[in-house]
Amino acid sequence: MSHLSALPVLVPFLAGPLLVATGSFAPRWWSDAVGAVSAIAVVALCALLAAHAAPHPFAYWLGGWQPQHGFSIGISLSIDVFGAGLAAFCGLLTTAALVYSLRYFDAIEGFYHGLMLLFMAGMVGFCLTGDLFNLVVFFEVMSAAAYALTAYRIEERAPIQGAINFAITNSIAGYGMFIAIALLYARTGALNLAQIGVALSPHHADPLVIVAMTLLFLGFLTKAAVVPLHFWLADAHAVAPVPVCVLFSGVMVDLGVYAVARLYWVVFAGALGGHAGTVRAIFVAVGVVTALTGATMCFVQRHIKRLLAFSTISHIGMFVCGVALLSHGALAGVAVYMVGHGLTKAALFMCAGILLHRFANVDEYDLHGRGREVPVAGVIMAVGALLLAACPPFTTFMGKSLLDAAASGRSGYGWLVAVFIVISAVTGGSVLRVAARVFLGWGAKEGPKHAIEQARAAEAESRETEGGNDHTPLVMMVVPAVLLLGVLVLGLIPGAVPAAERYAAQFADHRLYAAWVLHGARAALPILAPSHVSGSDYGYGAISTVGALAVAAVGLFGYRLRGVRESRPATALTAAVWRVRELHSGHIGDYIAWWSAGVSLIGGICLLALR
Amino acid sequence: MSFFPYAVAAWLFVIGLWGVVSSRNLVRTVLSLTVVQSSTYLILLGVGYRTKGSAPIVADIPTTSKLVDPVVQVLVLTDVVIEATVTALLLALVVQAHKRFGSVDPDDLRPLRD
Repeated sequence: MSHLSALPVLVPFLAGPLLVATGSFAPRWWSDAVGAVSAIAVVALCALLAAHAAPHPFAYWLGGWQPQHGFSIGISLSIDVFGAGLAAFCGLLTTAALVYSLRYFDAIEGFYHGLMLLFMAGMVGFCLTGDLFNLVVFFEVMSAAAYALTAYRIEERAPIQGAINFAITNSIAGYGMFIAIALLYARTGALNLAQIGVALSPHHADPLVIVAMTLLFLGFLTKAAVVPLHFWLADAHAVAPVPVCVLFSGVMVDLGVYAVARLYWVVFAGALGGHAGTVRAIFVAVGVVTALTGATMCFVQRHIKRLLAFSTISHIGMFVCGVALLSHGALAGVAVYMVGHGLTKAALFMCAGILLHRFANVDEYDLHGRGREVPVAGVIMAVGALLLAACPPFTTFMGKSLLDAAASGRSGYGWLVAVFIVISAVTGGSVLRVAARVFLGWGAKEGPKHAIEQARAAEAESRETEGGNDHTPLVMMVVPAVLLLGVLVLGLIPGAVPAAERYAAQFADHRLYAAWVLHGARAALPILAPSHVSGSDYGYGAISTVGALAVAAVGLFGYRLRGVRESRPATALTAAVWRVRELHSGHIGDYIAWWSAGVSLIGGICLLALR
Repeated sequence: MSFFPYAVAAWLFVIGLWGVVSSRNLVRTVLSLTVVQSSTYLILLGVGYRTKGSAPIVADIPTTSKLVDPVVQVLVLTDVVIEATVTALLLALVVQAHKRFGSVDPDDLRPLRD
């Protein structure tokens, strides 16, 4: 069984180039079929690996280079339930995106399917590898495919700019990580994650280790789009084709958070054990700033894809807070929430795709009331909005209640519960507002004048699907509906959430990880008392759901309270929000300046505080 | 092993970033990016260097000879491949930008704004 470990990476790595090679002359059904079959095969293989790793996680050493007496020079795939499960999730969303693409694109060439498979191969390898260098190489593989997919509509202007910003920002993040690898290799002589962790653990973390940690964390958090390293994300999401956005928002950004969690617990937890409180404070602060900035920016968008992109940034902030709490309960919450959020956000992007396919426009105000033609999409979007708002008792709510429990259980961090409620209410409410305006025709027809350039940007989206269509294919509604059904059901499966907690406890034990990777030990699953969703959790869920309705109402009818909006932002608050929006200039030089400032600031704080 | 290569690597990283930030031409932006990446080659090779070590090709020298670390050299090779891919992709995008915008100045690429 463990010999199958490399197959989920190999299958798409072989099928992808095959599709690129045959794409120019093969019929479309060939590309569709090979793409979908490969993606489904990856899901099945990863599910098998996860099932095999469920009792005891295992390492597969490529080429048979087993560690000798706990010392490895080989390259491993280190497979546990979280890694294999996340890889299966990547495959699942790729399958959904490819099935959605069947009818979404009027004309598409084989290299699209090939790039999607290479993108998936990079993501799956990223989840399964146990080697630091391979982790960064898979990061680069998925990134390169993602840049090309962002610029898929190369004959237009906006995608070129979005792809350039995406590629340059993420490449620089990757180079920082190469430097970190060099530093850690110089210190430990190892590249295997477990081996590096073992070598670093007995010693106090010195500046070299802290610089390496900062470069690695901030590199992966650039992919996860943490403020102020996030500027590329909204541009890339606004211009990439909808099925690609499904993968970007649904799972790619989550992988950045996954990598930080993995690296912290396997590599740095031992060396930084004495400083856990400081690490927690720094990264919770980063998460909160990201979450609140994302939520604010989400609310002021009228371009639906950009709005969803900022909602993703906001949720990433929440996930970073969850990981930064450094407890297995919070980690389980992040894992459950990631699944719920990924499926929900995928369905919401597919709704935006339905609008784009039918009306060749994704501007909230231009589409006022026009969505009545596709009521099913309206239902999907409204349900998705409520799930984003962590409406009880579904999967996103289950994840959030674990996060709430972890935050209130940690003295000094109880206030995070309020932040989480604000994020859920504002992001869910913004999507609900769009749904009500587009599908019910509620609220104003004319948008605020100072957001008019967003409307033009939304028009620039128009040619993704060759103008409008009179008919929305059934498959484009079935796929998001099935994904949402998953969110409704998964969290309610008995035993799913307690199992996530136990696997999270396994994930967060660095000694255990070293034992099963380097010594082949049969690591038993920790036994925990299952936590219960308490009455106060339902209370928080109810508050965020009602809050979402309130936010949607303010977005729809707020102008009546304040009179007609003027062209100049009136209050100090809107002026400040306007200022932040202006920072998202689309200029790569600005973005890298912010990136450098953010890395210097956070890195400097880490260096001073973790000595 | 002296401190010198690390100082040069740090300098390349910072000056490359400055190049990306200040560039008025996308070709220069992409080349600045390769400058940033050059710093990673230098630092990787630097950490694997041994004074008076020979190249890690063991076919025709005694196996007891002192060698520089071959692992980092392999890492640099991979790094070079990645750079070639990303640079080629970016330059293709820049060519396309020139076709569509008639300019390669990042200031003129504002379709997302106006």
